Amino acid sequence: MLGTSIFEENLRAIVGPENLRAGTDADVVCGVLPQFVAEPKDEKQLAAALAIANEAGIAVVPRGGATKLGWGNPPKKADLVLSTVHLNRIVEHVWADLTVTVEAGCTLKSLQKKLAQHGQRLAFDGLWPERATIGGVLSTNDSGALRLRFGALRDLIIGVTIALPDGTLASSGGKVVKNVAGYDLPKLVTGAFGTLGVTTRAVFRLHPLPRATKSFSFIGENFPAMQQHILSIQDSQLAHTSLQIRCGSCELPVADILFEATDAGLAAQESQLRKLLGAASVEHSAETVWNARQDLWKTPTNKTLLAKTSLLPTNIAKTLDSLKTIGDARNVTWRLVLQATGIGMLRLDAAPPQLSAVIEQLRGELQSRGGSLVVLHRPAEPPSIDAWGDAGDSVPLMRALKHQLDPKTTLNPGRFVGGI
Amino acid sequence: MNLMEKRFLDELRTVVDGRGLISSPEELHTYECDGLTNFRVMPLAVLLPSDTQQVQAIVRVCHRERIPFVARGSGTGLSGGALPVENGVVISLARMNRILEVDYANARVVVEPGVINLDVTGRVQPNQYFYAPDPSSQSVCSIGGNVAENSGGAHCLKYGFTTTHVLALEVVLPDGSLVHLGGKCLDMPGYDLMGVFVGSEGTLGIATKVTLRIVKRPECIRTLLAAFDGTNEAGAAVSDIIAAGMLPAAIEMMDNLAIQAAEAAVHPHYPNCGGLLLVELDGPVAEVEALMRDVDAICRKNGAWEVRLAQTDTERMLVWKGRKAAFAAMGRISPNYIVQDGVIPRTALPRVMSEIARLSEETGIRVANVFHAGDGNLHPLVLYDRRIPGQEQAAEKLSYRILELCLEAGGSITGEHGVGEEKKRMMSKMFAEPDLDTMQRVRCAFDPLHLSNPTKVFPTPRLCGEKPGEYVAHPLETAGIAERY
Repeated sequence: MLGTSIFEENLRAIVGPENLRAGTDADVVCGVLPQFVAEPKDEKQLAAALAIANEAGIAVVPRGGATKLGWGNPPKKADLVLSTVHLNRIVEHVWADLTVTVEAGCTLKSLQKKLAQHGQRLAFDGLWPERATIGGVLSTNDSGALRLRFGALRDLIIGVTIALPDGTLASSGGKVVKNVAGYDLPKLVTGAFGTLGVTTRAVFRLHPLPRATKSFSFIGENFPAMQQHILSIQDSQLAHTSLQIRCGSCELPVADILFEATDAGLAAQESQLRKLLGAASVEHSAETVWNARQDLWKTPTNKTLLAKTSLLPTNIAKTLDSLKTIGDARNVTWRLVLQATGIGMLRLDAAPPQLSAVIEQLRGELQSRGGSLVVLHRPAEPPSIDAWGDAGDSVPLMRALKHQLDPKTTLNPGRFVGGI
Repeated sequence: MNLMEKRFLDELRTVVDGRGLISSPEELHTYECDGLTNFRVMPLAVLLPSDTQQVQAIVRVCHRERIPFVARGSGTGLSGGALPVENGVVISLARMNRILEVDYANARVVVEPGVINLDVTGRVQPNQYFYAPDPSSQSVCSIGGNVAENSGGAHCLKYGFTTTHVLALEVVLPDGSLVHLGGKCLDMPGYDLMGVFVGSEGTLGIATKVTLRIVKRPECIRTLLAAFDGTNEAGAAVSDIIAAGMLPAAIEMMDNLAIQAAEAAVHPHYPNCGGLLLVELDGPVAEVEALMRDVDAICRKNGAWEVRLAQTDTERMLVWKGRKAAFAAMGRISPNYIVQDGVIPRTALPRVMSEIARLSEETGIRVANVFHAGDGNLHPLVLYDRRIPGQEQAAEKLSYRILELCLEAGGSITGEHGVGEEKKRMMSKMFAEPDLDTMQRVRCAFDPLHLSNPTKVFPTPRLCGEKPGEYVAHPLETAGIAERY
């Protein structure tokens, strides 16, 4: 098929023959094999490629490191993968202003490495930093343990450039941390799963690397006790950076807490923590406890499902109880890594029909308490589970927005909420 | 008033139960401007709804009759965001001022938009919580207005802006329908419409209920004052503090003219110097004390000849009183002033400050400088006397020139006051046409008829029926400086 269409000729003219190839098995998106993979060498090329695809009615899947390409619903169509692999420059790190401008295809790890040269970081601990790109973490709104202290990516991004399906390259925000001129489009594209535009570059505010860090862990004797510990730490004047619970089938919940401070500060924090928790024995733990979220993704089988949960801290015990009850009743193995923000990563292992039922029940419970459950990964032989669940009464507004920016539904059709 | 207008107002009067409608010219005068008093427009009427249903009913009538409306909180905005539009109505949210829910365990409060910023902190203070965004007008400005403007304040260096602290919104869209954006839980599925709504200056609808995050009060707060010969030396100290890996709760700077004004107004006993730095650290005692020693040393190294640590809460409050009163204090040294709030990358500070000084000398117009030095948010106060012919125009010209300086340095025309009416013509200097066009497409999704605060923010409105245009190269791209937004 390659080499026939006018579209392909035009695309080749834009990105060059060396940057266009046919899709292979390695490029499959949720079971859909794309016809082409284009790797434009800069944002202008990317915008031009997107524009001709849009004109020709070709469905486009933007792709960074492809670590989270399976998240969301399967696309209705995926003809062209538009890769940001060549958009990988760190454009400008103004360390004295604590800002960085970076292209979308730059990996999180190479960005952090560069920032560390000046004792700084993007205060975000995403999944698979060696491969995950800035564009990808933004689009999927990945969220780690540092969020408790530093906010989500939406709170760290200060500027963005996006390519719209009509070929417009539009910037909003800027290079300064404080800026209220115009609409905050950096937030809009964060978590939009590439359905509104393709992010080509972003500007972030940065934070200093910590002077010293120390992690501690403690066991909760049961779910209510653990919830109480979390709430009392959150209600205390401790200045912790991260706080998470690890829990699974047949296990007592364990909590991890991270402090970042001066040496004097760390010592004082430790004694305050011990005082606060009283009987619960607090042990110094290795930094590797903070890999727990990523570790959930190890060795998935054809019975594994992973989901992002969101709940209120006061519903921690109830949620863990539900998981235990449902897990026991349906013979499902589960494991949850839950941040004190209420954002959790949940892994379930069970036969696919069981998975559907569990998700439905659990999602119902979380939603009834104002929370949500979003499926990120499902087995290859998928039971038909909607990734998103209830998105509330603003779905018509979301559709109107999609229509304004991507009227021909060129970008990731069908992957987002409400069929967007 | 013509017959149609009369029928329209009669209908609205029934919606707000008579007492919530103001239409007599004498009373309307209160609403003809906000904190930016040199722009004035008389509205057709002012409506004071007392609940969400009334807001919806008013907006539905406006939508049916194609009458534009402007939402208003306390009217303290400094960019004319709440300036009425011709032949439109003002919807004041002042009567919707209840704190609906306080949830300490989850650190959230739910308020109506008319609640005063400081009253949120007042309510949660007994449990050692506070609401972090603290614009200088916090004792009078409303949460609804803060949401519209994405208000900042001195402490947003560490704690973030309004947008960081808003978790959910109930919004009346410009067609009168009601939507819920965000949620009490984080990351609700879907687009971050809440992120776009906060800071949209009333152009996307009216927030009628706001869920806010509250923050636990840190164990201790210490404030240091350091006196330097000039702002350059003080600026160098700021850079060194940041380079040392510290994130203070606030870093504020004042120049000599601003110090004089503050001294005349509220007597904060500031040292009389060319550049005053106010550094606040908060957190655990051991941590703050260790870091404060570093800050002290950095200040002295950069030439501070007096360094004072506020010893008591009373001293600390006095230090802040001087800073927060700085705008109002200008009245002591000048009959009139214009305040801008352009932002620059902090590293450009010496360059921009000396250029402001040069322009001031050249035009003979005094400029006092007060700024959030940690994040480069300037507040040049351009002082003039309206009675002197031509001086107001010259002052306006100078204030716009300062914003251009900010843009040339890679900054922004506004860090917290908003674009509003005042700076919309500067928007096309900061953003290229495709940028503005994309923002307007977002607006069209919310407000296709352009009824909600229609004349603000953007220099020229976009008709929502227009087909998106052909690809046009970004002017900054063609100029080869695409990274300068």
